[in-house]
Amino acid sequence: MNPAQFMTIFISAVFINNVILSRFLGLCSFVAISKETKPALAMSLAVMFVTTMSSIITWFIYRFLLIPFNLTYLRTISFILVIATFVQFVEMVIKKTSPPLYRFFGIYLPLITVNCAVLGVAVLNIDMFFVNAKALPGSFYYSVFQGICVGLGYTIAMLLMSGIRERLDLCNVPKSVKDFPLAFIIASIMSLSFLGFNGFKF
Amino acid sequence: MKKLLNEFLKGIIRENPTFVLVLGLCPTLAVSVSIINGIGMGIAATFVLLGSNIIISLIKRIVPDRIRIPCFIVVIATFVTIVEMTMKAYSPALNRALGIYVPLIVVNCMVLGRAEAYAQRATVVNALFDGLGMGIGFTLALILISAIREFFGSGQILGQTLFKGFEPASIFAMPSGALLVIGLLLGFFNLLKNRKAQ
Repeated sequence: MNPAQFMTIFISAVFINNVILSRFLGLCSFVAISKETKPALAMSLAVMFVTTMSSIITWFIYRFLLIPFNLTYLRTISFILVIATFVQFVEMVIKKTSPPLYRFFGIYLPLITVNCAVLGVAVLNIDMFFVNAKALPGSFYYSVFQGICVGLGYTIAMLLMSGIRERLDLCNVPKSVKDFPLAFIIASIMSLSFLGFNGFKF
Repeated sequence: MKKLLNEFLKGIIRENPTFVLVLGLCPTLAVSVSIINGIGMGIAATFVLLGSNIIISLIKRIVPDRIRIPCFIVVIATFVTIVEMTMKAYSPALNRALGIYVPLIVVNCMVLGRAEAYAQRATVVNALFDGLGMGIGFTLALILISAIREFFGSGQILGQTLFKGFEPASIFAMPSGALLVIGLLLGFFNLLKNRKAQ
């Protein structure tokens, strides 16, 4: 485990391979919820929390259940089930303990189950930090850190996008490109500017 | 018979999953760099959609309403695992090219969306035709996007160079090109729809 590796994961996950703008994970929620800043922020925080927690959980499942019993082909099924259960559980806990927070997250929490970013991080962690069904040294810390960074990248893209779209409400745009098409074109320009981070490394 | 044909055809144009319903875009954008990748992803998703639609319409009476989503996800994940293992065995190159987007078919909103919106209420035969139509519509959309991106991004169609003097713009092969192409195509189809409505 070395600090430089953490820096590399941070830059790669937040800027170079941004979940939304370069890996296209969680695109549905990105386009649907980025109309205003406040819900966008709520969604981003919820995603960040879930990607981090699911990185931790799926690492334990892969390392201590799937590898010892030689069941690595069950990766997809087990991960998605655990993520769905976990999201449901978190929703119940938040509803019970903190109603204001529950209202803040609203419907976005259950939606995260089918957010590709969450399963994407879990699969990506396994692909990057396990070689031939063996955990690389420090892989647990790298996985958790990557979970946080991917959530952070999602938050940045979401905040930028919602800021732009809020302004755009005041503009007169052609009827045919209103909403979805325009959102994609803006995302394309944002992705182009994120391309400038390419080659930036430690 | 005519009704079944209708179920089949609606997924291709009237309710095309990519351009009209705007579902399942993550894999569409990520793998559409070349036509071969697009077709591979389209076939994989069609198989999953077909299988999950059939099974879900068969088990719709046994599944309790409150836990239906986890049940659907398990059914879908099973078919995705089948696709993943088959692809690894018979076409490792395609599997490498599609990367993490194969396991991610599980969370493709198109598959779960059809299960939730259609298959859990339909008969098996209807669900089968709906799945097939939607899958083919998805594949055609992927082919269209990947053909545009492959041509402008690398100057080729199916790996064959078309024009000698044509300088490709590599931005179309990059992520931002994918977003641009889908945005413009969606705008174009909206324009056609608006024209028709007038």
